Amino acid sequence: MNEMLATAPARPSAGLGPRHAASDGPILRVSNLEVTYYTDSGRAKALDDVSFTLNSGEKLGMVGESGSGKSTLALAMMRMIKAPGRIEGGSVVVGGGDLMTLGAEDMRKARLSRIAYIPQGAMNSLNPVMRIGAQMIDAVKSHLPREGRAAIEARCKRALQSVDLDAGVFRMYAHELSGGMKQRVCIAIGILLDPHVIIADEPTSALDVVTQRQVMETIDNVQKAINAAVILIGHDMGLMAQFVDKVAVMYAGRLVEVSTVREMFTDPKHPYSRALISSLPSLGNKGVFQGIPGLAPSLLRLPSGCAFHPRCESAMPHCSTIRPQQQVLPGGRRVTCHLYDGEA
Amino acid sequence: MSLKLVIRRLLFLVLVIWAASTIVFFIPRLSNRNALRERFGELARTGGFSPADLEKIIASMNQQFGLDRPLYEQYWTYLGNILHLDFGYSLYRYPTTVAELIAQSLPWTLGLLLVTTILSFIIGNLLGAVAAWPRAPHWLRAFATPFILLTGVPPVIMGILLLFFIGFRLKWLPLGGAYSVGVVPTWTWTFFFDLMQHQILPALALIFGSVGGWVLSMRGMGVTIQGEDYVNFAEHKGLTGGRIFRDYYLRNAMLPQVTGLALALGTMVTSAIIVEGLFGLPGIGTMLNLAIRANDFPTIYGIVLFITIAVAVLMTIVEFIYPLLDPRVRSS
Repeated sequence: MNEMLATAPARPSAGLGPRHAASDGPILRVSNLEVTYYTDSGRAKALDDVSFTLNSGEKLGMVGESGSGKSTLALAMMRMIKAPGRIEGGSVVVGGGDLMTLGAEDMRKARLSRIAYIPQGAMNSLNPVMRIGAQMIDAVKSHLPREGRAAIEARCKRALQSVDLDAGVFRMYAHELSGGMKQRVCIAIGILLDPHVIIADEPTSALDVVTQRQVMETIDNVQKAINAAVILIGHDMGLMAQFVDKVAVMYAGRLVEVSTVREMFTDPKHPYSRALISSLPSLGNKGVFQGIPGLAPSLLRLPSGCAFHPRCESAMPHCSTIRPQQQVLPGGRRVTCHLYDGEA
Repeated sequence: MSLKLVIRRLLFLVLVIWAASTIVFFIPRLSNRNALRERFGELARTGGFSPADLEKIIASMNQQFGLDRPLYEQYWTYLGNILHLDFGYSLYRYPTTVAELIAQSLPWTLGLLLVTTILSFIIGNLLGAVAAWPRAPHWLRAFATPFILLTGVPPVIMGILLLFFIGFRLKWLPLGGAYSVGVVPTWTWTFFFDLMQHQILPALALIFGSVGGWVLSMRGMGVTIQGEDYVNFAEHKGLTGGRIFRDYYLRNAMLPQVTGLALALGTMVTSAIIVEGLFGLPGIGTMLNLAIRANDFPTIYGIVLFITIAVAVLMTIVEFIYPLLDPRVRSS
């Protein structure tokens, strides 16, 4: 199905084209990011010491159970954490500048132009009373106030074209589009200003499998066209495996492993990653699904030491007392587990 | 909007007007009072003509107004007259026609009602929207509460309080009437200012009574809309707060309020009738009040029907405007 999309050449970019060629350093550097929610029943650390880097043109898949902090990470990087949540520390450096130190107005300008967020748009992310075109134009205008009307419109139409949407969509309303089309519009909006980093938060949930694949291919194509770093958030490991370069696994607000897709699927390092991979269904293995024993812990009452130790097959005595630190293994993989103490 | 829908709405409008006119026709007839007898009885007592003459006069008047014919015949004549908007003569102020009475009093009511309805709609919706907007400053959001509390005070009581404190104790504004005694209405600024001074208190009584309702419903709507995905995505897009508030939040939260506006028109008319009486304004409300007291049913018919038709037509207009505001209605 859909060979045309799969083999389509790189699309023209919406704006100025790939302005950030692969340089030496990573385009995105997240360091020690911490987010806490101050709830009535206590403090919940939704992000705890999260660090990773991403190069231009790289795609990172962010996986983990519900409540593991994937979406919180996305919101924290956009600085859109709402009360009672607070970003307690850390930095998000995009193309040289730390977003966490920007003033409110500068952060507003950074959104979409430096770091873009693509929501799960199939349902409700588009304003029902505004035409799609108007919702694209206001996005460009709020960043490029001096750009002429014709130039803005041309930019918007190029963006629609690059996600395989007809230019006629420009004049339409959200309710006139299918779920997949709405999601493409959201992607088109995300790439309007050629951002360095694109975060797609579960872009394929609420879509059927055929549309899921098309949407992922669309993201793939636009990402290649503007050479952005992409973070894909989701829990469909299978879908992700086909599209990302690296996979990051989150557990209880902590990043437990970052590896390339191949390494993650052939040789997962962290016991939680292993359990995740072996719980995937496969064609060859038609037996009973293997789940992960136990439940994800409440962020309000995290186990001491390594948060995963009560469910871990390889737990050692000191796992329950000493918190493991993230280690960079030879070859660049990052693991947060006592099993690899001394290997870094 | 399809032609079929337009026709259906217009048919519905006709149905509403017919139902209203029928109810209006029969209700005053349920009473045993007779406006002619009351009026001429009074004349007979003061003017000194004999009871026999009185009966003759009443009989001839009854014939002239068609009141001697059976009720159902009168009903048909009445419906026929309504078709060409002929409300006939006032019984009490004969030979003035009801249409003339309405024409005299309508501008007063229209001015007051239109201004207060629009003002309270705008103020109430803005306050309610701000009250539910998390990024609005706290002092601004606090404005909503006193208005919500004032909703509990009926416009009459509010009017009396305003009259007592601002009109009577402080003497800042006049106590009643449409304009000062002895002033002749002319198209001059002095008359205009005199007029405005007399309109402030009744307008305030009406506005205070209705703003709170708008605040409440808008705040409820706003709480839902501000959490919608498209409002969040608007912020992700890096839009300025003002634009998100106006285009993404307010425009969506306003939609049910527009329907509410059509419904509120009816309520505002009722409030205006009472407030006009309180402030002695020569509007439709006062006219209706007098007509009811005199059991002058042609005038009652005329005014009530006029109000019903006006509100029904306005509601139909709002219904036709709604699809322009909400594209989802347009296509369904």
